[in-house]
Amino acid sequence: MIGLIDYGVANLGSMRNMLRRMGVENDLVGTPEALLKVDKLILPGIGAYDYGVEQLADRGLIDALKRRVVEDRVPILGVCLGMQLLGLQSAEGVRQGLGLIDARCERFQPDSAARLRVPHMGWNHLESVPQSPILNGIDASARFYFVHSYHVVCSNPGDVLATVNYGIRFTAMIQRGHIYGAQFHPEKSHRFGMRILQNFAGL
Amino acid sequence: MLRVRVIPCLLLRNGGLVKTVKFGAATYVGDPINAVRIFNEKEVDELVFLDIGASPERGPNFSLLADIASEAFMPFAYGGGIASIDHVKRLFGLGVEKVVMNTAAWSNASLISQAAALAGSSSVVVSIDVRVNWRGKYTVHVQGGKTDTMRDPVEYALNMQQIGAGEILLNAIHKDGTMEGYDLELVRRVAAAVTIPVVAVGGAGRLAHFRDAVANGASAVAAGSFFVFHGKHKAVLITYPSYAELEQVLGSSED
Repeated sequence: MIGLIDYGVANLGSMRNMLRRMGVENDLVGTPEALLKVDKLILPGIGAYDYGVEQLADRGLIDALKRRVVEDRVPILGVCLGMQLLGLQSAEGVRQGLGLIDARCERFQPDSAARLRVPHMGWNHLESVPQSPILNGIDASARFYFVHSYHVVCSNPGDVLATVNYGIRFTAMIQRGHIYGAQFHPEKSHRFGMRILQNFAGL
Repeated sequence: MLRVRVIPCLLLRNGGLVKTVKFGAATYVGDPINAVRIFNEKEVDELVFLDIGASPERGPNFSLLADIASEAFMPFAYGGGIASIDHVKRLFGLGVEKVVMNTAAWSNASLISQAAALAGSSSVVVSIDVRVNWRGKYTVHVQGGKTDTMRDPVEYALNMQQIGAGEILLNAIHKDGTMEGYDLELVRRVAAAVTIPVVAVGGAGRLAHFRDAVANGASAVAAGSFFVFHGKHKAVLITYPSYAELEQVLGSSED
């Protein structure tokens, strides 16, 4: 059973719709106790970094999540803001993230010369597709929907699973063992994103 | 690199899909759920639904939108009748990615800021309907094109960006449904002024029109008739160009 972390922030409807379509059992989890009843976690998220941290904290989910992921080794997939929250902090705010990955978020700089607008919004390809259980069946033709103004910078290059290019090269996916993150929205990326969620569900 | 987004912009009225010409005469073009299924199969970049029959009093048709959202595996934006932050919250809860506001952005600008604070600017689209008068002057219209605000679209778009809009859906009323091409002058002026993405809509009839809009600064292109009508006689047929075709015409944003 996948637990979809419900912390008053995310657009949970899209993810639920996609998981339902895939026939993957899932439940909303919004309390420390509920985290114990699921064996995989998805941390979705849209909106501001500090608001996300505060909403997790208000529900007592920060330490509970860390325990589930670090001590019980429950696989987690952070999506969009959810991936950013797996890191330490963000230039968007002042609050501390979950710290499951040694990473910080930086803002894209608009580049009028190259006509690169912020947010980075639209479909993009991974620069290369490495071996990883979450990328089974994904090849270079796969495209994913991104919408974000901040991007994750990992201190440890080994945590970067895949990159994309938007004026600069930045981190599209992270992986440290059973901890995964996708900056893009797999739930809104047609069969490509569906495959990634299937891979995660099958871990 | 990003290819320019190509977005079907579909109009709802009384639960059906329609297509207008210059915001007037509307042709029934089918069932929205069926259309979403077809657009899923065609792997479209994004969908925009605008309910032109919705009013602030009645609000959005949430049950229809729930059905649409449960079939939309691409980003999906909705506009029409959004009048309060509760409407916005309900829409996000259903699985709508972006809310589109037009009249509300004009009459209740704080709703834009509230929605941006709730879900981030990138989830908040302001749709700007523009009409050009006989002197060639552009002004922003609201309430389905019925009310002329007398405001300049560039100044208006900058204001919307400042209060929290993450994207501008820029429609030229005088081009709507004509399939003769976008109002490129309008696209150029607004896109040059703002730093947020501008989506051009109104007038696309051929793939080359998309390229023209992009050459004039549009970050994305949207169309209605182009995706729902086919051939000289405008038979109703939902189509979407193949990915390869779009790549060829639009390339990446660096081109």
